[in-house]
Amino acid sequence: MSRDYILHRIRTALGRGAGQPVADPPPARIRVPQVSMEARVASMVERVRALAAEAVESDDPRGFVASAIAGKTAVASNAPFLAECGIAGLPGVRTGITDREELRELCATADVGITSADYALADTGTLVMLASPREARLISLLPPAHIAVVPRERILTGLDELFSLLPNPAELTSSMVLITGPSRTADIEQILVRGVHGPGILSVVVV
Amino acid sequence: MSTEFDRKSHNTLVDANLQLAIYTATARLKEKRIEVVSSEALPDYQELRTQANAIKKHTIDNLDHYLEEFERNVAAHGGKVVYCKDGTEVSDFVLQLAKERAAHLIVKSKSMTTEEVDLNERLAHHGLESVETDLGEYILQLANERPYHIVAPALHMTRYQVADIFERCLNVPRETVIEKQTALARSVLREKFLAADIGISGANFLVADSGAVVIIENEGNARLTTTAPKIHIAVAGIEKVIPRAQDLATFLKLLARSATGQLLSVYTSFLSGPRRASEIDGPDEFYVVLLDNGRTRLLPDKAKRQSLYCIRCGACLNTCPVYRKIGGHSFPWVYSGPIGAILTPQFMGLQHEPSLPFASSLCGACGEVCPVKIDIPRILLELRSDTRKADARENRNRLEKLAFRAFAWLMTHPRLFEMAGRIGRSLGWPAGTKGPLGAWLSERDLPPLPAHSFREMWRRR
Amino acid sequence: MGRRVSLFVTCMVDQLFPQVGMAMADVLERVGCQVDFPENQTCCGQPAFNSGYRAEARTVARHFLDTFETSESIVVPSGSCTAMITHHFAEMFHKEPETLARIHALEKRVWEFSTFLTQVAGVEDVGARFDRVVTYHDGCHGLRELGIKDAPRRLLAHVRGLELREMLPAEECCGFGGTFAVKFAELSGAMARTKIEAIQRTGAATVVSADPSCLMQIQGALSRAGSTIGTLHLAEVLASR
Repeated sequence: MSRDYILHRIRTALGRGAGQPVADPPPARIRVPQVSMEARVASMVERVRALAAEAVESDDPRGFVASAIAGKTAVASNAPFLAECGIAGLPGVRTGITDREELRELCATADVGITSADYALADTGTLVMLASPREARLISLLPPAHIAVVPRERILTGLDELFSLLPNPAELTSSMVLITGPSRTADIEQILVRGVHGPGILSVVVV
Repeated sequence: MSTEFDRKSHNTLVDANLQLAIYTATARLKEKRIEVVSSEALPDYQELRTQANAIKKHTIDNLDHYLEEFERNVAAHGGKVVYCKDGTEVSDFVLQLAKERAAHLIVKSKSMTTEEVDLNERLAHHGLESVETDLGEYILQLANERPYHIVAPALHMTRYQVADIFERCLNVPRETVIEKQTALARSVLREKFLAADIGISGANFLVADSGAVVIIENEGNARLTTTAPKIHIAVAGIEKVIPRAQDLATFLKLLARSATGQLLSVYTSFLSGPRRASEIDGPDEFYVVLLDNGRTRLLPDKAKRQSLYCIRCGACLNTCPVYRKIGGHSFPWVYSGPIGAILTPQFMGLQHEPSLPFASSLCGACGEVCPVKIDIPRILLELRSDTRKADARENRNRLEKLAFRAFAWLMTHPRLFEMAGRIGRSLGWPAGTKGPLGAWLSERDLPPLPAHSFREMWRRR
Repeated sequence: MGRRVSLFVTCMVDQLFPQVGMAMADVLERVGCQVDFPENQTCCGQPAFNSGYRAEARTVARHFLDTFETSESIVVPSGSCTAMITHHFAEMFHKEPETLARIHALEKRVWEFSTFLTQVAGVEDVGARFDRVVTYHDGCHGLRELGIKDAPRRLLAHVRGLELREMLPAEECCGFGGTFAVKFAELSGAMARTKIEAIQRTGAATVVSADPSCLMQIQGALSRAGSTIGTLHLAEVLASR
């Protein structure tokens, strides 16, 4: 059995016995800075814009999204926050889908995917999306444009704070994705092109 | 002594277009990295490197423990770990699974590990279509070429070459505008994503306490590969494991910055197991293939074991003055640049390409930029010593050994050293183009010989 | 001061660039050192070590130990030779604890020239004059193994009449690398040409470095390219009046 063979080779090479305990690893390096909400929002907006994505602070997210998707087809996730903002009910928006195949069909043809986000990271302009009944994976992936509507309280300082809050994301979800800007490549002649496979247009609305 | 390496590097050195492409592409990546790891941009940079090195050291020194923990946690979340000794076992596993599930189409995201074992070729041989979805890798697959660089695989190609490849292989009108080429690939590959039965990905990290694989990318093809098909297989070398999800706070800060100068790559996926019962989309089956393929051979040597710390950022390539002249295709294996120069002899044996440990000026730039502090120059020196010991055992390269014996003898006999110098100065530089002097003269002039040595001048002072 | 200093000029300076050794001795005396030259010296063994011949390198290293063990301070006009002694000698003798102890004792007393001046002698102005536009090449071993970056520049900053222009890109290898220069001649030559292009862009008349092997490579490439740009060792510039 390759498993036993490989583990045996490893142990022999390292001079370890099966089941031999290990010393503690170096402590995880987690430093969470103290940053005010205003500063976090400002940083988030600045960093998202630096990634050639749109970022706005808005107390009327419904209005923003309505004009953004005017004349387009959109799929929205089942995030309660979207319903609270009145976005789920906008004309042209399909939402409430729980069937995998139906969702995939819609996402493959929709112009815009609308989601909330579980967290955001201010120092890098990152959205943190956990797969759940409220957030499907494909909505922020298949359509060529993605709008994320995020309540400001969810903006964390950065990775350290994220992993401090979620030391074990696997307990919560099979998929946690950190999204930092629109899809891009520079594979041909190092020329930057956006929207290769994922959405080329990203908008973040901080509420 | 003209080896394959000599031949290929010569061909690259005389190709002015390639020289420009390699140099400018790596210059860009090199400069961007410097900006984002500066003391203003990342004050903790050196501390993070030290931490990353310490975590990798601890993990590799206890690798069996962390692989078993990883395996348990993968199973706990509904996935399955498959250990494979080599490429044959990897393809056997995939083929068996494909047969059982009546799968025909596979989409693949970028994985150097699968390139190590020529997975696509093996699968194609058995009638499975396995499509690369990373744009650069897709182009290479169509062109039947190997990657040129760990992070920028098609670095050596122009848009015109890409146009040729697409025209020939996709039967489309010739298109040289890069945005349109990208859009074409996007639409072709989208169909594949949505029709594929299996998605095969690599993994940048395997997280032991979570049973999770971490995949880092900019395009979105890895997300699609690991979300759209019903089966996800992640293939990773056994050395990719790290102890805790929290360690990602260290590694993620280093990887993208070192690789491309981004703060974070566009998409970082943390995937554990198939989709949970209440989740809407995601695969139904989740496998992690843990590949040895010679890695266990690197473990016994404590000094060289650190070669396994590599997180495949490519920073060493971008900063290496040798790689920046000879490019990725001068190297015999999938890994090129400084990391390739130390991995290849250890995986494939010193004789696979004996030039590799010596094709370095030992400038040390690689070790300086490595986010996990692999002491690459030191390992190169160890490999050189290993090579000479093997030469002695196999009775190879005797002339050079003799020459260095003579060198050592001369350098322990100062009067004779002085006399040799005096004789040399009176004879002048020998004429002719052979040997080391000839090699020197092929590229630059020799200094004029002084009238007297330092020690002669000192005595007269 | 009267600090006692032994010169380890290196085999290359002894045989090919003796004026560098003389200049270094001049400067050291000027700042008040008492300079001697242990006659038994030859080489640090780096060529053998870098080519993988550790047994031969050990032989040469032992000779170095014997020659210099009684010296108070040893000053070297080469970053790469200094690094060989202070960073790599120990690597070769981990199986010989007695020799290893002698090496560790000696390591602390071996100094690269610019480091000695600034850190040990505590001097930055050596009273030099050199009316030229120069650029400075950082030898890789000195830069990365010994951390030599500021010291030469602070010394050059006090040279009257001298204008220093930094080359871009900076900190790139000249392509010498010991036997690499002849075993991979074409590659080494290509690296040298990239280096001299950077030098030419500065408009400097002279390239200065603290490593004679780099200077040999750079001068050889400049001369082959028909350039009139000259090379000088840091010691030669500092010795100039």
